[in-house]
Amino acid sequence: MIEARNFTYMFYGFAAAFLILVVYVVSLALRDRKLKREIDRVRRMVEK
Amino acid sequence: MRDKLMFALAAVCAVILSVNFYKIFLVLPDEANQGAIYRIVYMHVPSIFTGFTGFFVALAASGAYLATGKLKYDAFASAVTEVSLAFATIVLATGMIWGRIIWGIWWTWDARLTTMLVCWLIYAGYLMLRRAIDEPTQRARLSAVVSIFGCVDILIVWKSIEWWRTQHPAPVLSVRDGGGMAPGMEAPIYWNWLAFMCLAAILVMVRMRQEQMSNEIDSLRRTAHAY
Repeated sequence: MIEARNFTYMFYGFAAAFLILVVYVVSLALRDRKLKREIDRVRRMVEK
Repeated sequence: MRDKLMFALAAVCAVILSVNFYKIFLVLPDEANQGAIYRIVYMHVPSIFTGFTGFFVALAASGAYLATGKLKYDAFASAVTEVSLAFATIVLATGMIWGRIIWGIWWTWDARLTTMLVCWLIYAGYLMLRRAIDEPTQRARLSAVVSIFGCVDILIVWKSIEWWRTQHPAPVLSVRDGGGMAPGMEAPIYWNWLAFMCLAAILVMVRMRQEQMSNEIDSLRRTAHAY
């Protein structure tokens, strides 16, 4: 019983670490997309 | 060139992590007292090494900004700090999960844990400060000062388990004269650190590209307003 709990929490530990990294990478990707859209918008504005 | 370097770093990171996880989960035995949960150390310790390395790099970049006044150093310090904070978050999360099993509690106001939380708050404050100030030189100067304060706390975090009797384990790594781990169990910690450093380098490069895009947007806006 204790072993199983030990194993479950080990899984939680690794999962939490990778989840934090994934959330950060997704936030970077979203920011990247927003910046690219903004550059296109401002470029069009300058060309006009 | 930068894309190729990023792919190369990603490949190195993937290979090291694959080999290491195979060893960690399938080769290494459970620790005699802790059982399987001790394996969290393979995420916890490399994350803090990566985070602290990043914070020291940010300190050097902040110092370079204060010495030269060049905003590229400030942008680099900001990028490195943000990525390092992600790794510091992993340290807190994995430490709490380990503590829940070994100590029976999620958190205690022990010197190591408290100083680490203060460290996390200082660098989170650094990023919030940057959002609150629009003027670039003022933002860079104040951020650099916060970065220097943060590094003082890092030294306290590092030495806390020697200076005070803490619930957190005393040094176990041989580099700190701990000697509490078998060499076969210790090596994957350093390999994971290398893999995390590769990952951190990729993330910093992405963040630096975003800084360049922001600068381009600012200059395009200035051009638009000039007409």
